[in-house]
Amino acid sequence: MSDITANLAYESHSIAHHGPRLKISEKIALTAMAIGSMLLALSLIAVNDSTSETLKNLWFNISWALAIGGGGYFALSKHLNDRPGVRNQGKTTDSLTARGAWGWMMGIVFTSFYICLYWFPRQLEGLVRIHDPFSLFMRGRAADEWFVYGTIYTILTLLMGAKAIAKYRHNRYQIIRTSVIMIVQLTFSYLFPVLAAKFSQPEIYFSYLWPLAYDKLFPSSIDHFLHSGAIGYFIIGWFVVGTFIATPVLTYYFGKRWYCSWVCGCGGLANTMGDSWRQVSDKSLKSWKIERWTIHSVLAFIVILTVVLWFEPYLPAAFKEIAFQMRKFYAFVIGAAFSGVVGVGFYPLMGTRVWCRFGCPMAAVLGLLQRFNSRFRITTNGAQCISCGNCSKYCEMGIDVRHYAQRGQNIIRASCVGCGICATVCPRGVLSLENGPLEERYNQEQGLSLLGKTKAQ
Amino acid sequence: MSERHIVILGNGITGITAARTLRKRSNHRITVVSGETEHHFSRTALMYIFMGDMRYEDTKPFPDDFWAKNRIDLKQGWVDSIDSQQKQLLFKNGESLKYDTLILATGSKPNRFGWPGEELIGVQGLYSYQDLEMMERNAKGAKRAVLVGGGLIGVEVAEMLLTRNIQVTFLVREKTFWGSVLPIGESAMINREIRAHGVDLRLETGLKEILSDGEGRVRAVETLSGDEIACEMVFLTAGVSPQIEMVKASGIECDRGILVDRFLKTSVPDIWAGGDCAQHREAPEGRRPIEQVWYTGKIQGERLAANICGDLAEYDPGIWFNSAKFFDIEYQTYGWVMPKLKEGEKSFYWEHPEGNKSVRINFEEKSGAVLGVNVFGIRHRHQVWEQWILEKKTIHEVLTHLGAANFDPEFYRQYESEIITAFNLLYPDQPVELKTQKGLFSKFFAKILK
Repeated sequence: MSDITANLAYESHSIAHHGPRLKISEKIALTAMAIGSMLLALSLIAVNDSTSETLKNLWFNISWALAIGGGGYFALSKHLNDRPGVRNQGKTTDSLTARGAWGWMMGIVFTSFYICLYWFPRQLEGLVRIHDPFSLFMRGRAADEWFVYGTIYTILTLLMGAKAIAKYRHNRYQIIRTSVIMIVQLTFSYLFPVLAAKFSQPEIYFSYLWPLAYDKLFPSSIDHFLHSGAIGYFIIGWFVVGTFIATPVLTYYFGKRWYCSWVCGCGGLANTMGDSWRQVSDKSLKSWKIERWTIHSVLAFIVILTVVLWFEPYLPAAFKEIAFQMRKFYAFVIGAAFSGVVGVGFYPLMGTRVWCRFGCPMAAVLGLLQRFNSRFRITTNGAQCISCGNCSKYCEMGIDVRHYAQRGQNIIRASCVGCGICATVCPRGVLSLENGPLEERYNQEQGLSLLGKTKAQ
Repeated sequence: MSERHIVILGNGITGITAARTLRKRSNHRITVVSGETEHHFSRTALMYIFMGDMRYEDTKPFPDDFWAKNRIDLKQGWVDSIDSQQKQLLFKNGESLKYDTLILATGSKPNRFGWPGEELIGVQGLYSYQDLEMMERNAKGAKRAVLVGGGLIGVEVAEMLLTRNIQVTFLVREKTFWGSVLPIGESAMINREIRAHGVDLRLETGLKEILSDGEGRVRAVETLSGDEIACEMVFLTAGVSPQIEMVKASGIECDRGILVDRFLKTSVPDIWAGGDCAQHREAPEGRRPIEQVWYTGKIQGERLAANICGDLAEYDPGIWFNSAKFFDIEYQTYGWVMPKLKEGEKSFYWEHPEGNKSVRINFEEKSGAVLGVNVFGIRHRHQVWEQWILEKKTIHEVLTHLGAANFDPEFYRQYESEIITAFNLLYPDQPVELKTQKGLFSKFFAKILK
């Protein structure tokens, strides 16, 4: 995990300009994290099949202990030494967080990791092997690249989640929300599937619903679950209810945030590890236009594909081949390249929610529900907005929140994931995430002189 | 109405609101002139550029293509004089621009009181984009800055400088920070907050002289109490005043600001003025003749445009409100809460034991009608308070439904019960019982109950 090292190491550099200088203990922690991360990176070339179990075990323990211990201490110390409050100083001047050389380097590191993970897993062999002892302990079998990926993903979510909580500790919405996404990642997206593997049960990620988990409702998956005994029926029930009942009902009451900012692992990683990059998302009208086309195209594609697969037995052979190719195309282009390589790889360059914003079909469904049938809105507080732009700048979805706030309008946008950061960074108490009656959910631009009853015209 | 060329001098919030409103209401040709920047930006966000929270581009409330799309011409240049006979602006570079109607929205400049040494390099105020650029230059290598004059800009400057590890000494003439606006409870809270962030806040003292290093740069300041403080930067943050030299010289009647009537007309036909630079001959009831506030600039811009379009009405700012942030403590106010109570007024003040949140409600002793509220560290709803004040709700009614005004984020601790308990201890005769909890439903519920 050379990525987090560099990330945090860079931040240390940055706060030389903005905020207090590093303490000795923080320097030690940073060094520990750097060594740990370098050891993890070194395993890529230095470890192989013939490495002894003892060495692998030692390598795993030392490198992760240094990386987690050092990183955790540094991340927490940096924020806890500061008074609670909004701290975004230096975000637009630091190379790492403002698309400078460090940002690009980080983007390349992330992207390379995903490319290896999806298409060249052999390149990760050394890193996978040092996780063998841990994997053996956790699930009774040797590690593979997906186990390692899940482990790294979970560690990053927890570590950087703790950092996010420290950073936003003046805000209870952020504390509770971040804690929940950390817990969901640890349990539903890590421990449950790992334990399922251990007890030879289907490895199910219960927190990923169709159409994000695009094959969950494919006939082949349903067929597989039907042959998995009683638990199989439970799984089918879970996903059918999750997609067709829980999704519209929960979104009606709470907006799409119940999923995107409280449950989903993609959102979880974005709001923990990715938090430092939320501001680089593009806020232009043009990107909003592009986003609407891409995300709904992906949704249309996966819906059509799923329907086609269900009717596959009745289709002529030529169509079967088309369905097969469509499935392959989706898995490669959307499932791997878009959601993984671009979705996370481009964090430092396009913001933390590239996938959620431009690609995720689940976000598209939730967005349509939120836009047209939900009690959720971000309320604008009368005429208090001073157009400073913090809300728009720190919106990871690239929503120009200020556009609405300065006009006194509520913000109702399909893409809003309800992370609540706009309301957090607002210096004048203008924004609040609320669920409420559908009347007055939409409000027109208010002329200021029309406020209240002292109408001037 | 025939189409005219309306020229707006100043691209701050007043000028830009006027331009947008004119465009919505008419087909007039609109030109916005500014020397400061090509595009409108949010002056209130200058601090965030310096601290690295945002870039200059991020402080523009409208995308750059907005202006062409809305047929609003932009012209960057400094105006040298107004020729109201020929109806044209004469620019410093020799160009000229004809107008049929002129709107003056020239804004403010930092106050200078003729202090010895105020012309030295390193001495500045913070209002314009150019001031920010100067601050960036002056901050290089600086170790300490002295801020002269306690107000909202001073606190912002202090916060900005601390992010660059520049130590701050803050000289405030009053007994307590912003004591001319805030009652002592709130003011003391802000004194503590300023000091907690490491600012050397010195009350009841001021600037005597700024001392030179012999090469035209600031070396130190001498305070009225006789202390000499070595520093590389001096900020004059004792308020702002209208920027009107050029306007005055062009024969438009001015006092401290450009004099306007209740319709925002100046002394010269077809010239209007609004925002920071305008001085109202008859100020609206209870208001100062010059108000340098973001939203009153916005309202005046809107009113100006409507009046020019023939929809004539007097400027009416409505119920007073404002907001600010002092380091990490947010402040909102609705209605009137003066530092000293007037005859027949009472004040109820609650402060959280941790000393970083408070609510103060002022009301009429006889009728109990609420006059205004100060909230610190808690967010309250604008419309709810506006309605309560307009409808002269009593303090009892307001406290009963206090939750309806709560605008804090979800899961935040709610203090309504504690506030009411404190009130009932003071006024045990008619104890209040909290009936409306926080939330959107309660807001609607409160409406029904009224």
